[in-house]
Amino acid sequence: MNMNYFPDEVVEHVFDFITSHKDRNSVSLVCKSWYKIERYSRQRVFIGNCYSITPQRLIARFPGLKSLTLKGKPHFADFNLVPHDWGGFVYPWIKALAKSRIGLEELRLKRMVVSDDSLELLSKSFPNFKSLVLVSCEGFTTDGVAAIAANCRFLRELDLQENEVEDHRGHWLSCFPESCTSLVSLNFACLKGEINLASLERLVARSPNLKSLRLNRVVPLDTLQKLLMRAPQLVDLGIGSYVDDPSSEVFSKLKAVIQLCNSIRSLSGFLEVAPCCMSAIYPICENLTFLNLSYAPGLQGNDLTKLVQHCRKLQRLWILDCIGDKGLGVVASTCKELQELRVFPSDPFDAENAAVTEEGLVLISAGCPKLNSLLYFCHQMTNAALITVAKNCTNFIRFRLCILDPVKADPVTNQPLDEGFGAIVRSNKSLKRLSLSGLLTDQVFLYIGMYAKKLEMLSIAFAGDSNKGMLYVLNGCKKLRKLEIRDCPFGDVALLQDMGKYETMRSLWMSSCEVTLGACKTLAKKMPSLNVEIINESEKLESEQLEFSFDDRLLVDKMYLYRTLVGDRKDAPEYVWLL
Amino acid sequence: MENSVAYEKATELRLGLPGIDEPAVLSSVKNNKRPLHDEKSGENGKSAQNETAPPSKAQIVGWPPVQSYRKNNFQQAKKSESECGGIYVKVSMDGAPYLRKIDLKVYKGYPELLQVLENMFKFTIGDYSEREGYKGSDYEPTYEDKDGDWMLVGDVPWEMFIRSCKRLRIMKGSEARGLSCSGV
Repeated sequence: MNMNYFPDEVVEHVFDFITSHKDRNSVSLVCKSWYKIERYSRQRVFIGNCYSITPQRLIARFPGLKSLTLKGKPHFADFNLVPHDWGGFVYPWIKALAKSRIGLEELRLKRMVVSDDSLELLSKSFPNFKSLVLVSCEGFTTDGVAAIAANCRFLRELDLQENEVEDHRGHWLSCFPESCTSLVSLNFACLKGEINLASLERLVARSPNLKSLRLNRVVPLDTLQKLLMRAPQLVDLGIGSYVDDPSSEVFSKLKAVIQLCNSIRSLSGFLEVAPCCMSAIYPICENLTFLNLSYAPGLQGNDLTKLVQHCRKLQRLWILDCIGDKGLGVVASTCKELQELRVFPSDPFDAENAAVTEEGLVLISAGCPKLNSLLYFCHQMTNAALITVAKNCTNFIRFRLCILDPVKADPVTNQPLDEGFGAIVRSNKSLKRLSLSGLLTDQVFLYIGMYAKKLEMLSIAFAGDSNKGMLYVLNGCKKLRKLEIRDCPFGDVALLQDMGKYETMRSLWMSSCEVTLGACKTLAKKMPSLNVEIINESEKLESEQLEFSFDDRLLVDKMYLYRTLVGDRKDAPEYVWLL
Repeated sequence: MENSVAYEKATELRLGLPGIDEPAVLSSVKNNKRPLHDEKSGENGKSAQNETAPPSKAQIVGWPPVQSYRKNNFQQAKKSESECGGIYVKVSMDGAPYLRKIDLKVYKGYPELLQVLENMFKFTIGDYSEREGYKGSDYEPTYEDKDGDWMLVGDVPWEMFIRSCKRLRIMKGSEARGLSCSGV
């Protein structure tokens, strides 16, 4: 039966069941009729690069938009490789949406610059606004947060994750009106300043739907106890300060109330912690599925191990490397449901004392059959270990390995780690994201091109010998969307071999490689659908040197290119050259 | 690869301030990465492969790839332990198996401090008098001051005490009584 005989409403109803962005995008391409039906019924839009489209075109195509996700700066901005004012400003988006008839209810931003003005405009322009999620953003202060609290009458979610926020020690929390009782999720762990604890208690008391609460480090243990009394229904808890005398009355009360919180499945924080108090947490460990102790440097390896032993149902664990290889062994024998493991360095600058090695990873791979996502910072890695991991685990979707010394070879054999990573990609056919480190030659890229057929994102640093390496990847990885490369000997030949490839990708980042200005210009000229940006931070160059710098043979420091429907952006700072 | 690695590096045009260290730093790292069989690795006069340590992490911008938010947080945590955010001192008690740590800044004065110590170690401190120290108990709270001397807790004004106290020790028995005699 041909679907064209169905009235539009029926087709639309069918589309309601299609929720993934990818699928909806595909559906819209089938025919004009489906395009039209799809665009009027679309409520959620995801834009992976805010410069690939303009807000005006977004609004024109999706008048029913309710939820927008935007990402701004390239991923390497996380590591200080992108200057702060490079771009990714959300204000023009909010301004355009505010002018339109869009009834925005949800805004999720990652790596964008968010000003207090944007937040204020947002808070005043959308009467049904319900949810604000800011991840790794910057540019705002607690004044902006106060505007959201004060003006969004039906706010359900205020989730601030790992943002750099200037704290005006304000009363943002006290700006939630007494009439606001709709909160489901409140996360302010990344804020550094004082808050009014009494206001917080009252807010929690009048939020019967509160399921997720993540506190910052100034919230002390006795307040935590009072909050848990008010909200025993919490599913996700982030503890701020967890310091007290275990023999105190407050602590006894806390122990008692924690026993009542049997809905908690996710636990994080412990930004300040007294290890002797951790035993109060054990009763809720049994049911935890997510445990994030990566911001709790106050807990030593033993404390972590003791805690983890109680967490049999854990599916996701984020932890510091002070847990050690032995501690990871305990994880491996306890957490049989583990799917995701992230091990962060306690001291990013002290490679010598990094406490985990290949041994911990091998233990995990042997003990946790469901493991599919890994981020592992370690002191060293061997090919043998990676080959063993590849034998034990064939379900990896994300595999990110960071050896703290960037070009370290296999310490046992002194060989590059090509064979180890080769084994990983060969046996994990569903691999979507891969980050490499250690001593690596072109060979590893040959393997990646051959086997990583589902790979979407690849991060490379200090690896490879020649253009061949990059070409293996560009030719072999058909699903590649994001490629980011730093400090590799890849140059013009690799960059220009298959220019059409970049139209099938979201973006390419290359810094400290061997790409010349001339090649970038050529690429920009031949591919109008790409924006090719050069970031040149030596803005202090004298004018004579500037003339010299127009030589096409010059190696560029940082190049970022991305596909776009709307040409060059107008908000680039001086030192970003749009070719 | 090319036979003229060193020549190319010397004539390399880079977008950057002249005399900047970075290209030199990077090229030494790259030389380390040359495949083991490449005889050109020795070009710079450094030995090949991994014997030459790569430049220290502080010089490589953006490495290791830890989110700057996380890095800043970690540095802050380290700082707040050692700076005037809190004055943490160790507390030992004669006969107790392990030490405790307290933050002197949290307390408003001696009575509060002594109360906390009593709770922590489950003992009773006697009554303080300037003349006779602590009477009525086998225990005396003492502290080591900046000069390394062991002093009786309570003699100097509170503010002065928290600034000069390095560690606390709850002494027991005759040793304690020796301290409380006037004429020390």
